[in-house]
This record gives sequence, C-alpha cells and structure tokens, in this order.
Amino acid sequence: MAETALTNPEESAARATGWQGIADDWSSDQRAFKNVSWGKAMMWIFLLSDTFIFSCFLLSYMTARMSTTVPWPNPSEVFALTIGGHHIPLILIAIMTFVLISSSGTMAMAVNFGYRRDRTKTAVLMLVTAALGATFVGMQAFEWTKLIMEGVRPWENPWGAPQFGASFFMITGFHGTHVTFGVIFLVAIARKVWRGDFDVERRGFFTSRKGQYEIVEIMGLYWHFVDLVWVFIFAFFYLW
Amino acid sequence: MTNVAVHLEAQQPSLQTHAHDAIATGAVHDKGQQHPIKLYLVVWGWLFVLSACSYLVDYFHLQGYLRWSLILLFMMLKAGLIVAVFMHMAWERLALVYAILLPPVLVMVFVAIMVFESDYTHLIRVLFFAPAT
Repeated sequence: MAETALTNPEESAARATGWQGIADDWSSDQRAFKNVSWGKAMMWIFLLSDTFIFSCFLLSYMTARMSTTVPWPNPSEVFALTIGGHHIPLILIAIMTFVLISSSGTMAMAVNFGYRRDRTKTAVLMLVTAALGATFVGMQAFEWTKLIMEGVRPWENPWGAPQFGASFFMITGFHGTHVTFGVIFLVAIARKVWRGDFDVERRGFFTSRKGQYEIVEIMGLYWHFVDLVWVFIFAFFYLW
Repeated sequence: MTNVAVHLEAQQPSLQTHAHDAIATGAVHDKGQQHPIKLYLVVWGWLFVLSACSYLVDYFHLQGYLRWSLILLFMMLKAGLIVAVFMHMAWERLALVYAILLPPVLVMVFVAIMVFESDYTHLIRVLFFAPAT
C-alpha cells in the first residue's frame, strides 16, 4: 500500500496553487514534487544535470569563437551539399533537424497512446521514433565522414580557426551519443510495450518493480530533451 | 518538531480520499498526462514551421542584428513548445517547474562572465599576438 502511494501518486484537489503552492510543496516535510512519481522526478533532475553539461560545451565553444583572432569557418558553406548540380547551403543540417523534430512528434503521440493503453500503436510509434533517431545518427556519421575526408581534425581544418574541429566533434559527438542511447532504450521499452508488460504489470528483470505505461512518458522526456538540445546546437553552432 | 509532523499528518487526506479525488477530477490526472492528439499535431506543425523559418534565415543570408534576433526568437519558441507541451511542463505543479527551469536560467550569469573573459582574451591577442602583416 505504501509503495503504491509513493510510485503512483495522485493529485489531491485541495492543494494550493501559485506561490502558496510552491511554498507548501517545498516545506511540507515530505516529497516536494507532489503529483510526480520518483521516476519522472529523477528523469527531470537528470535532464537538468545534462543541461549543465551541454551548457558547458556550448559556452566553451562560444569562448573559443569569441576570443580567436583567426576567422571562424563559415558553417553555411562547410555544411553545404551539392545535390543534382545545385549548391544548397546547410541542407544536410536542415534535413537532420526535420528528422529529429518528426521523431519528437511520433514520441509525443506514443506517450499519448500509452496512457490510453493502446499497446500496438504505442509500440509502433516508439519504433518509428527509434528509426528516425537512427536515421539522424546515420546522417551525422555521413557528415563526420565528409568533414574528416576534407581534412577537419580537432586541432586543425582547412578553412580557419583550429578550434572549429574540437568544438564540432565534441558538441555533435556528445549529442549523437545521446541520440544513440535514446534509440537503444526506445527499442527496449517498445519491446516491453509490445509484449504487454505494462498491461499485466510484469516486474522488471532488474528493478523487480511493476511496469507501468508511465515509463513511456519518462522515455519521452529523455527523447524530447535530445531534440531540445539539438534546437540550441542548430541555432548556436550551425546558424551563427 | 513531532507536533508539527503530527499536525501535517492530520492535514493530509487519507489514501482512499486521494484515489477518490483523482477519479473525481477526471481526465488530466486520472492516468498521468492525457491530452487530445490534436494538440500534439498542432505543436508538431509549428515546430516544422519554426525550423523552416530558422533555416530560411541562413538561406537568404540575413546578417547582423536581424539574423541574431530571428535565430534566437525561433530557438526560444521551439524550445518553449517542446518543454511546455511535449514534455508536459505546462501541466506540472509550479514546485517542479521552478526547480527545473530556474537553474538553467542562472547559466546566463556564466555566459555573461565568459563573454567578458573572451573579449579580454581577444583584446590581448590582438595587442600582442596579431600576425605580422
């Protein structure tokens, strides 16, 4: 009974809102996050720490770029592609952006169908999300290959400030790693959804806790965060 | 201390009341976050439009403050939509919202520090390490 209360809290209609609500929640001598399960709260706190990591990467990139006296390579040209005889600036990055946003959309729908206990649609949408994520990583591998062939290294590149390579590989590499792990976990949880683990509350092999559809939303939080980070990388690294 | 704890305990509705409230309040908190599919599709569409807009900023070679303000505007709108709707932050209690969203805002202080720092480094490099012309 106590475990149910902790893992699946329901909101009481009587709770205060606004500043009074914040003060009440944080000073209540119990849990501060009243209607949020421990799993969701911990994912949010993990994402907050991840925000700081990516902030530090983008900050170091900003510092390198602002303090160098050598011209920075123009990303619009570096990431241009010639498709069918047309030279289109930044096109690969634009396509990657759309792929990742599409995957965010399918993930949001998967969460929605999960709470409606629609097993098939949830699993299929999660697998579509994973496929789009894998496509994104594939395009990133293509982009890395192209740049490495053109002579970009973490310590030098043919176009300008040597810090370009270090910033590029560090930031996109760390983001790509996040996407890769996201794809792995998406497939793992989609399998559980497909098997019906959350309908029969089958216990997890590692935690021995009863599986619930909320895990789809927690997975979604991580996936949307990966998309969110890309929004900032796209703006600061590729469009600046 | 014990008195306070007991007092608070008394204030809390019993578990059964909790469950009853949840059923009574219905849709949103009955089984987690539950919102109409249409909302997600609309937000999805807007994210596409905003991404296209930020790409066009680069495509049409806008420069200067116009480029910057547009890029930052589209970026913040996209980030806001993702966090508020896709990550359901708009429906969470303020205690969680502020706990998560306030710390990243403080990173702006760090940004300001590093802007001053890199301006200074740049100045020193220009003064002492400028390539001979």
